[in-house]
Amino acid sequence: MAAPKVIAPEFREYPVIPIIKVDAMKGNGPFIAAPQYQQPLNFPSELVDNWQEKAIEKMGDLLSRYRSFQVYMDSCVKCGACTDKCHYFIGTNDPKNMPVARQDLLRSVYRRYFTLAGKYFPKLVGARDLDEDVLNEWYNYFHQCSQCRRCSVFCPYGIDTAEVSMAAREIMDSIGKGQKYCNEIIAKVFKIGNNLGLPEPALRDTLEGLEEDIEDTTGVAVRLPLDEKGVDILLVTPSADFFVEPHVDGLMGYAKVFHESGVSWTLSSYASEGANFGMFIGSYENMQKIALRIRKAALDLGVKRIVFGECGHAWRVAYSFLNTLAGPFDFLDPNYPVPQHICEFTYNLIQEGKLNFDKSKNDDMVLTFHDSCNVARATRMGDKPGGQMEIPRAVIKAVCNHYYDMPKDTIGDQTFCCGGGGGLLTDDLMPLRVKGALPRMEALKQVVDEHQVTHLAAICAICKTQFAKVLPYYGFSMDQIVSVHQLVSNAIILTGQETDDDE
Amino acid sequence: MSFLTGFFAVFFYVATFIFIAFTGYKIVQYVRTPAPLKIPAMPAPLTQGGVVVRLIKEVVLFYSLFRSNKWIWLFGWVFHFSLFLVLLRHFRYFLDLSNPIWFWVPLIQPFGKYASFTMIIGLTGLLIRRIYVERHKYISSPSDYLHLILLLFIAFSGCMMTFVVHTDIVQLKAFIQGAITFGLTSTGWQPIPASPILFLHLTAVFLLMIVFPFSKLLHAPGVFFSPTRNQVDNAREKRHIAPWAAKLDATRQP
Repeated sequence: MAAPKVIAPEFREYPVIPIIKVDAMKGNGPFIAAPQYQQPLNFPSELVDNWQEKAIEKMGDLLSRYRSFQVYMDSCVKCGACTDKCHYFIGTNDPKNMPVARQDLLRSVYRRYFTLAGKYFPKLVGARDLDEDVLNEWYNYFHQCSQCRRCSVFCPYGIDTAEVSMAAREIMDSIGKGQKYCNEIIAKVFKIGNNLGLPEPALRDTLEGLEEDIEDTTGVAVRLPLDEKGVDILLVTPSADFFVEPHVDGLMGYAKVFHESGVSWTLSSYASEGANFGMFIGSYENMQKIALRIRKAALDLGVKRIVFGECGHAWRVAYSFLNTLAGPFDFLDPNYPVPQHICEFTYNLIQEGKLNFDKSKNDDMVLTFHDSCNVARATRMGDKPGGQMEIPRAVIKAVCNHYYDMPKDTIGDQTFCCGGGGGLLTDDLMPLRVKGALPRMEALKQVVDEHQVTHLAAICAICKTQFAKVLPYYGFSMDQIVSVHQLVSNAIILTGQETDDDE
Repeated sequence: MSFLTGFFAVFFYVATFIFIAFTGYKIVQYVRTPAPLKIPAMPAPLTQGGVVVRLIKEVVLFYSLFRSNKWIWLFGWVFHFSLFLVLLRHFRYFLDLSNPIWFWVPLIQPFGKYASFTMIIGLTGLLIRRIYVERHKYISSPSDYLHLILLLFIAFSGCMMTFVVHTDIVQLKAFIQGAITFGLTSTGWQPIPASPILFLHLTAVFLLMIVFPFSKLLHAPGVFFSPTRNQVDNAREKRHIAPWAAKLDATRQP
């Protein structure tokens, strides 16, 4: 089953107005979830008989429960501001990947069934009946949105396509047309505790192996505790951190920072996953069920604080939704925000002068930082707006000598998605993932050419996996993506560590 | 009362009623629909006061649109600001200008007068973009063009009355005063001036008011209710919970 070869789009020499290529990404979309992945999420096993009726009913339900969805269905004036902002449109030229056109796939049906104008003058206002073609189009194009929110930054009404695509996926799940990748993973979280299906003994084994690695290289016994009760901090991190490169180097970085700070901490085998794929499918109920695992782990282990590892979407659910879904956290230490990001934790220690670094350990690299979409546009770090951009950079600059930003309009709150976020990090969407990475790769190319940048640092498990996979398509190599705490790990000098240079 | 006076009085009542009642209905719907999750587009203000500043920047300056596309911003902002001035200029038909608190209404008259030109320029720019920019054309429905054409017609007919075919505005004010008081004042009903271009202008305006609550013109109230713009960034400090979500709390474990 050789997959068709994916070819990356050419770098564009000058910023050009994208030309549209109708139906460039027409297709059947990603694999559909089999019944065994639908049932644990409380969704019908397969497409129900009266799916049209049920879909409209669900749409009505969501309209009454989400102000965002209701307001966004009504407010778009088709001004065109968003049309050239989506990385998938830039990479594929398919006009249905323009945010407004993507929203219109759903809005046209909203108009038909929920507005007077659409009921009586459908042609005039672009309203459509919900039929099988429309459903297939929904499935295909709402799985070409990574819910990165870049379009919402530029919309004069703040219309967020992420909200619309979440609603669309929720509607499709509710009639039995779910996406395999997301729903299989959520089912795995319910059954085993994490996205990768890593059971407790395997996890314990992995962590012991990492402890040995750190001791071998530093001579210091740094622990990676699992399920230890009564410690200060519960660390919740994406399961990719346990054994995928470069994620795992980041995990060793967190462990070293915790070790140096002197606080006690633990991972939980019950909540051994930071990511919450319930968000991708727009399901409040599933998202809450996944989030409550963290509350339960914190209660069972009797910790005082919760810290999240490097994971973009996890941090969105953690920062913005956790208090809502699984709060209040009045049983935790009120002197610390709940939850905290590992970058905030490390940054605070750096500010207090509690960590020692040998920055020259990273001198083989010239770095740039990829703002992960969900961190940049849906969360904060620290106590000032924009801290989510400043703090990771401050951490990198504290441990590296050579750092350059990519062009302004591709970072910060204008950052481009890696191309694999929002439930699209699956092999069956490889052509989309490669094309969607185009704007980020162009920005990277620019700093590679101008400043001889060698590595791209990120704080999101999806970004890291996606870049490791797509960098080679653009003439880079897969090991040019690094974790921010991998850099910390390289440079940190542990107390009692034997250093190889004489000082 | 002549037929036309009666016709336009009734048309005015119907349009005003539909505009207020149905737009009001939509606003109530927006107020009542909960926003269950914190989704402000970050970086976002940390205080309610900051949110007010953010919304003012959006509504007055079209800040996000400015960041997005300078041409759309230019035409869109020029059109909206011109429309605002033109609307203010029209206050003179509804107000008793002998009352000193309305001193500013006569003062802005010249601005409102020439704003009709910039309004036409802005609208024409938007229309040309919609026709000639491939991406905009792709996303446009017939109604998107019709909205622009209707507004252009209003601006053009108004401009004509100001600069070319003058209407008896004293008589027009008398008609409007009669209509808004339901003919109950001492002066009672006054006839509408016989001006075909005025009839067209009013018809277009009333149509716009009728279409308003059923169309994308709902962006005007909508912008104030957009959670990505009107929420405070305080999710960690304050638990945000919608009534329907609070009910789930009762049964959740742990």
